[in-house]
Amino acid sequence: MELTQSRPPAAASGPDKFDSVCAILERYSYQPAKLIPILQAVQNEYRYLPEGVMTYVATALKVPPARVFGVATFYTYFALEPKGKHVLRLCDGTACHVKQSIPILEALRRHLGLDEKNKTTPDMLFTLDTVACLGACGLAPVLMVDDVVHSRMTPAAAVKLVDKIRTREQSAN
Amino acid sequence: MQATTELPAKSAAAGVPPSAARRVIVCSGTGCKANGSEQVYAAFTEAIAAAGLPVVTEFKHEGHEGAVRVTKSGCQGVCSQAPLVTLLPEKILYMRVTPDDVAEIVRETLGAGRVVERLLYRTPVEDKACRGPEQIPFLNRQTHVVLRDVGYLDPENLKEYISLGGYEAARKAFTAMTPEQLCAEISKSGLRGRGGGGFPTGRKWEAARVQPGPKKYVICNADEGDPGAFMNCSVMEGNPHSVIEGLMIAARAIGADEAYVYIRAEYPLAVKRMRQAVTDAENAGFLGDNVFGSGLRVHCELKEGAGAFVCGEETAMIASIEGQRGMPRPKPPFPAQSGLWGKPTIINNVETLAQVTRIIRDGADVFRRVGTATAPGTKTFSLTGHVANTGLIEVPFGTTLGEVVFNIGGGVTDDSGKVTKDCFKAVQIGGPSGGCLTKDHVNLPLDYDSLRGVGAMVGSGGLVVMNQRTCIVSIARFFMDFTQRESCGKCVLCREGTKQMLVLLDNILEGRADETTLPLLEKLAVAVQKGSLCGLGKTAPNPVLSTLRYFRAEYEAHIFAKKCPTGRCKALVKWVIDEEKCKGCTACVKVCPVNAISGEKKKPHRIDSAKCIKCGECVNTCKFAAVVQGA
Amino acid sequence: MIKQATVTIDGRDVPIEGERNLLELVRKAHIELPTFCYHSELSIYGACRLCLVQVEGRGIMGACSTPPEPGMQIRTSTLEIREIRRITLELLLANHEGSCPTCTKSADCKLQALARRLGVEKVRFKALHQPAPVDDSSPSIIRDPNKCVLCGDCVRVCNEIQGIGAIDFAYRGSQAAVLPAFGKNLGDVECVNCGQCAAFCPTGALTPKPEIEGVWKALNDPKKKVVAQIAPAVRVALSECFGATPGEDTTGRMVAAIKALGFAAVYDTSFTADLTVIEEATEFLQRKTKGERLPQFTSCCPAWVKYAEQYYPELLPNLSSCKSPQQMFGSLAKDILPKQMGVMRQDLVVVSIMPCTAKKFEARRPEFAPDGERDVDFVLTTQELGRMIQEAGLDFRAMEPESLDMPLGFHTGAGVIFGNSGGVSEAVLRYAVEKVLGKPLDKVDFPQVRGEGGLREAAFTLNGTTVKIAIVHGLANAKIVADKVKAGVSDYDLIEVMTCPGGCIGGAGQPVPKNGQSRRARTRSLYENDKNLPLHKSQDNPFITQCYERHIGEVGGEKAHHLLHTHYQNRRRLSGPEIPLGEGPASAARVQVKVCAGTACFVRGSQKLLHALTAYVEERSLQNAVDVRANFCSEQCGNGPTVIIGEDVLQHCTFEIAREALDQALAVQK
Repeated sequence: MELTQSRPPAAASGPDKFDSVCAILERYSYQPAKLIPILQAVQNEYRYLPEGVMTYVATALKVPPARVFGVATFYTYFALEPKGKHVLRLCDGTACHVKQSIPILEALRRHLGLDEKNKTTPDMLFTLDTVACLGACGLAPVLMVDDVVHSRMTPAAAVKLVDKIRTREQSAN
Repeated sequence: MQATTELPAKSAAAGVPPSAARRVIVCSGTGCKANGSEQVYAAFTEAIAAAGLPVVTEFKHEGHEGAVRVTKSGCQGVCSQAPLVTLLPEKILYMRVTPDDVAEIVRETLGAGRVVERLLYRTPVEDKACRGPEQIPFLNRQTHVVLRDVGYLDPENLKEYISLGGYEAARKAFTAMTPEQLCAEISKSGLRGRGGGGFPTGRKWEAARVQPGPKKYVICNADEGDPGAFMNCSVMEGNPHSVIEGLMIAARAIGADEAYVYIRAEYPLAVKRMRQAVTDAENAGFLGDNVFGSGLRVHCELKEGAGAFVCGEETAMIASIEGQRGMPRPKPPFPAQSGLWGKPTIINNVETLAQVTRIIRDGADVFRRVGTATAPGTKTFSLTGHVANTGLIEVPFGTTLGEVVFNIGGGVTDDSGKVTKDCFKAVQIGGPSGGCLTKDHVNLPLDYDSLRGVGAMVGSGGLVVMNQRTCIVSIARFFMDFTQRESCGKCVLCREGTKQMLVLLDNILEGRADETTLPLLEKLAVAVQKGSLCGLGKTAPNPVLSTLRYFRAEYEAHIFAKKCPTGRCKALVKWVIDEEKCKGCTACVKVCPVNAISGEKKKPHRIDSAKCIKCGECVNTCKFAAVVQGA
Repeated sequence: MIKQATVTIDGRDVPIEGERNLLELVRKAHIELPTFCYHSELSIYGACRLCLVQVEGRGIMGACSTPPEPGMQIRTSTLEIREIRRITLELLLANHEGSCPTCTKSADCKLQALARRLGVEKVRFKALHQPAPVDDSSPSIIRDPNKCVLCGDCVRVCNEIQGIGAIDFAYRGSQAAVLPAFGKNLGDVECVNCGQCAAFCPTGALTPKPEIEGVWKALNDPKKKVVAQIAPAVRVALSECFGATPGEDTTGRMVAAIKALGFAAVYDTSFTADLTVIEEATEFLQRKTKGERLPQFTSCCPAWVKYAEQYYPELLPNLSSCKSPQQMFGSLAKDILPKQMGVMRQDLVVVSIMPCTAKKFEARRPEFAPDGERDVDFVLTTQELGRMIQEAGLDFRAMEPESLDMPLGFHTGAGVIFGNSGGVSEAVLRYAVEKVLGKPLDKVDFPQVRGEGGLREAAFTLNGTTVKIAIVHGLANAKIVADKVKAGVSDYDLIEVMTCPGGCIGGAGQPVPKNGQSRRARTRSLYENDKNLPLHKSQDNPFITQCYERHIGEVGGEKAHHLLHTHYQNRRRLSGPEIPLGEGPASAARVQVKVCAGTACFVRGSQKLLHALTAYVEERSLQNAVDVRANFCSEQCGNGPTVIIGEDVLQHCTFEIAREALDQALAVQK
């Protein structure tokens, strides 16, 4: 049998990540009351909440899996589908809205081939979401790319920004 | 250095302390950071060192005479002009500073004592340069209490906070005052909750204080989720310890030994600063098992929200802290009787707690010097939208709307950003639970009761100015869409009612409404308002009801004439091609997704309105502005 | 004289007498405020907004969540409140599938009844209902999300009364829904089929799954002989389907009706309940004498059995090995009736009529279908029997009573009280006490074990030995007791568990109670029925004695064991494919090591095992030859921790065992 087929440490990433889930549960002393921070930490690890991991969390916290699912689907922070590598969050707070944030959303969706239901590009590079107020209303409209806030956006500037990231990613590969 | 016990006079707005020390303060609020203030900060430390001047970035009580201290601060207020840099002791405020400007500032201002004119603030109408906070009307017409040290203080430096009298109020509360006295002092101050409802804080505390112990909780509501409001964010970013200190005082007043800060995760900087502040306060021994040697314990934990606006509601927030879905439960019992884990719990807003710190430090009488009889003190607002000066402001309750919009805000702007006369249409106040004010309310004092009287509310304090080009029905729909999406789905009236209100508004905006629409919308709005389970549902109809009250004609134009007076409602627009202007370049034909445009090359084209889906692509594409709205 | 504290309701003073909320007070004043989400046995939810009242000086408030205060002035039906209620109902109807005439809940639907009562004649809002698939994966319950009003009654009963939480709210706002975990089907999750969700559901969103069609088909098949067994609790509830007051005992008319439907014979599950008593009490006395596998849990409730299999694998040896009366009847009937009735075994159709939805699941357990043929072919609920009688056009109230068929229809009072919480204990006591003391009982009643409480205790001293009994209903209460046993801090000898409130009389297959008094009336009626019977002790049932002599042989003997006893196995909570916890596809070229991280294995330390194995693989640089993964679930829970290496399933696995097997697998591969 062939054993030589070499694969990057993808296989090892399984148990590694699972280890960190165990560490997270440990850190919160298996307290059901800490379900939300636990799920937040798990999501930071996996970039979404896989069903198996949620079942495991339920088991370890001794709560019904349906409750974990209920919490995971209540809060918008949690994603049940994998998110893209870069998360674009367009502010649609009042200030951004009156300063025409929707055209930016439409432009980005068009450019990335996304819509209200499909929020992540097939290449898993971008996820586009809206958010209610990022606290930078003075600079409306704003777009948050991962952890960086970009101010006074226009549809054209947003598209350019996305292209820049894509170019950077492509040259990195 | 001792903190002043006097409230600053109106002109001492930006809270600049009397100090001769040479200092460069780079704003690192969310807005300025987004515009590269970190790089500006780095450029300053390098440039000053390169100029041969000693640089200090740490806080010291003394011993850095002659050196330039470069620090970061929270929001300096004029967010629209970010990034901002304040220079002391001259009290110069530079705007839109880039790293390229830094060498010039160091050379000119620090070196030669000259002002760099081009970086100064210019008044929007007269175009007059203003040297610093004391000259800028946007700043000098405000009264800073909560924001006094925000914009000056290094928010990540506990020592500096202490040097300004920080934690003196908490020390007093734990060592020199009884819980009864604390509740009495807050009651005497007349402080009302800054988070929305305006419930008297003292009364809330007293209700929890008299509950039998030993286990009680205090929670700081830092889940500011109103779209268009960021005051709490700025306070936490700029002066996190003032909030923690207020929370400690609240804990002492009701006899709680555990405190939570429930903070919105979408504010990463505020989360970071608050977390740092808690750790620093713990390390300094302020928080812990023996607060100020009183033998009392207070532990504080940060809880990051996970994205649910409804968690700003007290009982939903409690459910969320308990690890549940953030669904409100009926009151009574009130949290003060039975809250977190069934124990007496009080929940206070960030700004309320920051005010508490000032009240206990300076006394209720000082607090009451400004504001109105029923609403003493000051209130922060985030001023945004179509207004020349956007940003964070703090004014006494009772300040008129006109003062805020025209004098502090510098006037209403048109779509290009220019201040224009007579383009003021409305101010939306209080976010999705608030209402609209119009030019008839220019002289209305902003306080809880007068706002309620006209169908609006203080809410958490978002003030969004809208110009004449804003469709008011669309704005109502915007808020309805927001509450509809944020409804927890528990009670029928809110879950189904807000959804149906949205349907009715869409009917109006898209030309499907008839004479039955408005009466039904109003009836439904009242039912949702009166019958919903929690505050979110009860206030959800406010934007609709208040716009209906002041802009009924605009609704009716959409319904009966099928026209949007601002021309902004796509579905009611009829696009036609101006034959005079059309060159027949066929660019529009190519972009039209439904093949609604036809015509020969180099001859005027036409749009088949039966096919047109009003996407506006042709308008965006036409180089000759030939696609126009038809009659 | 102290003035009685009162609340003024619509102008009338109503005294406050310990009512917890205004709703109770208003209903005491005979004003039927409408509600969807209020149940006195569940926590207060406050979501349906129908019980709103106008409180003077305070505004409109939910009556369910407002405690009465002396001097309160309230109005229950102002114009404003009427409008809000009407709008609330219209909003619900606008988002509701309008298939009312064909809905099984039609006659008992609260939504329909309220719409009619409040005069909603037109829905002014746009119909926004988005069709969702109906979930009929469960053998016991149909979940139709299109009819859900999100009152949460089902969620709360499953959580608060049963302590399971198989369904919960998911999503939010207008997307909110009641769903099993991860949106799976009800048949694939930890639901124990008790059906209480359906009993509490005000609409047709959760209903017992009918088997009526199959029964009609069998009845119309000339080759088949169809016999019925009727559970005790059915006889005191069936007439509620025909508008009678709860608790009316209609055994005779019921038999007549079933025969009129075409059944060849009508027998009584109480007969095999008598049999159960003898087997179970014998088993208990043996265990007590030897002092082993105590306490003994009863096993006649199928929801409890599934619950124990899922959550308490270590307590399974403590469950009585007796089949439930339904299944004892099934195996006995299939054993003796074909010959008696002159049919082939495969042409005998056993239909049981039960107050219970979980019995439908029980009858489908593979161990109750030897050679693939089920001992009990169909399970009808009381409601379904009522519907068949109605469909056949029989005038139930006018039926001439008929007798049950012999011998499997003969029963004592002990077999009848099985339907009440405490009844199994009492029946066992009637046998065991007499057996231990060696003389007939003076009094057959044991009032110590009767009552309504969800967790009751009783102790008896016989010949110097004390026997301590716990009686629980509601699985949340069972959990309390089971945890005690698990922790080794219980001193019970016998624990009776029934899942439904009040026992089988409160089963989810019973007619939907019109008010809280129904269950109490049914309980009383069963005890009455016992009193009116000539015999009260299972051991006095002459046909039982005959049955042992002719068919079964010795009590607890080999044939008895084969026919009347069963075994239990660990059960996963969620079914579906096993879930790898790691990422990336499995490679066939590598040795697959799977460590189960399911509940049972987790408590037995599978997590440490996983870490040790991962470390071992890394240490020896075997990453390219071995995939170590955590997974749910190897379904070997009783013997965990379970590790699968290649094809080998290792139970009670330790690191040493796993390492050895792994080394071996690697050697084989080379």
